[in-house]
Amino acid sequence: MKVSIDQDRCVAAGSCVTAAMDVFDQRDEDGVVVLLDPEPPAGLAAEVREAAAVCPAAAITVHE
Amino acid sequence: MSVPGHVVIVGASAGGLTTLEALRRLGHDGAVTVIGDEIHPPYDRPPLSKQVLSGAWHPDRAALRTAEAIGLLGADLRLGERAVALDSATRTVTTSGGMSVRGDAIVIATGATPRRLPGSEGVAGVHVLRGLDDTLRLREDLEPGRRLVVVGDGVLGSEIAATAVGLGVDTTLVGPQAAPMRLQLGDEVSALLGQLHTDQGVRLRLGTAVDGLVVSEGRASGVRLTTGEVLPADVVVIAFGAAPATDWLAGSGLYLDNGVVCDSRCLAADGVWAVGDVARFHHEHLRRSIRLENRTNATEQAMLVAANILGADRAYTPVPYFWTDQFHVKIQVYGTPTPEMRFGVVDGSPESGRFVGVYHLGDRPAAVLGWNMPKQARQHRQLLLPVPVPPKG
Ligand SMILES: Cc1cc2nc3c(=O)[nH]c(=O)nc-3n(C[C@H](O)[C@H](O)[C@H](O)COP(=O)(O)OP(=O)(O)OC[C@H]3O[C@@H](n4cnc5c(N)ncnc54)[C@H](O)[C@@H]3O)c2cc1C
Repeated sequence: MKVSIDQDRCVAAGSCVTAAMDVFDQRDEDGVVVLLDPEPPAGLAAEVREAAAVCPAAAITVHE
Repeated sequence: MSVPGHVVIVGASAGGLTTLEALRRLGHDGAVTVIGDEIHPPYDRPPLSKQVLSGAWHPDRAALRTAEAIGLLGADLRLGERAVALDSATRTVTTSGGMSVRGDAIVIATGATPRRLPGSEGVAGVHVLRGLDDTLRLREDLEPGRRLVVVGDGVLGSEIAATAVGLGVDTTLVGPQAAPMRLQLGDEVSALLGQLHTDQGVRLRLGTAVDGLVVSEGRASGVRLTTGEVLPADVVVIAFGAAPATDWLAGSGLYLDNGVVCDSRCLAADGVWAVGDVARFHHEHLRRSIRLENRTNATEQAMLVAANILGADRAYTPVPYFWTDQFHVKIQVYGTPTPEMRFGVVDGSPESGRFVGVYHLGDRPAAVLGWNMPKQARQHRQLLLPVPVPPKG
């Protein structure tokens, strides 16, 4: 699984961090998403899909 | 309950699309029909009053998914088709195009419709802002130097004023509150927001109700206040709230009361569910019935409803959340501040332009606000989660 993010779309809600904290974080200064792991292990796949689904700005894309 | 074969979703925006995606993610491979009255493929609303209205984004960027991703969901997507009736007993939806479709489960995701000022229909220069077409029409009218009056001092009116003044439009914000968004933010923070608007060039005419439009030769020429004063205008935006889109549900057999009334599972009647701005649900932690009009609610509620349709039986108990971006300020709000709450800063400071504050009801934290500190605000969200009751013994 590969993950990509669009920081320009991000609205800093942080929903992705709540869903998958090992894969996403937020910048301290403006809350914009940071991708910690662009190729997360299979064990985190469900969390990552949830994070992409719950993002209120469609800023996360999962490539299976 | 057996897993429903055919799911019919009415409304093809954040709530409707998320329901479809979540059904597929959870393994539902039966037929899904999605009926949406807009001709545009599903798009997102928050950027409309911000990046799309300002021109920073081409309207296409507001699309929620690529055409390819939507195609892969394998649904029968009927765009430009309006649902005109539902019979909840037989779960049959009828559309403006004469289609009649029966579902084993129905999901109502029709959102909300902006309130209009009486006498404003057909008047040139008067706008509301809910959809993409509204946004493009308004943008066309916002030429630099024109006089804009925004009627409504809530979140939408404040955002539109902020964007318009950035386009060089002479902008006035009117509404009954003492400061913009006072109802949602309380005295302290709304005063800061009012100061921000003033500093950036928005003229605030607050604390006065609007009496009506002034129209000359079929075009808006001003807004009359109850004091008798007239604010001259070339363009007027009406942004004083939206009503849940339930007109089409008259005679459906559903209980409608400022939204489709649902239980804590978001179930409105046997096999009939509601999500997003249109849904009023019983919140088990808050112990009352609420309706939320914000973006994350549409998604989270849709995900839960998809799971419940497939048999999960989970209660929906969100911490309400919304954000708003105005000028260089990003505001995040968790929980629902009310005027009787006490507000205190816990991180950063208003002077530095960045802070997190907590609203207390008595000695209990009841809401959290971030001002240019989104991450830190989210980290305080857990203050609002119900404290688990320790087991006895
Ligand atoms: C300009 C704007 C800016 C916003 N900014 C923010 C923000 O910054 N932060 C935030 O948290 N929230 C924001 N929101 C709120 C957020 O966008 C909504 O809560 C969210 O769109 C609700 O999703 P929904 O799917 O329930 O309803 P909607 O998005 O309203 O979608 C309902 C869809 O159903 C269609 N429909 C209605 N009736 C019928 C019918 N009879 N038959 C078929 N289709 C029908 C509608 O045309 C629409 O396409 C904003 C809203 C607007 C309008």
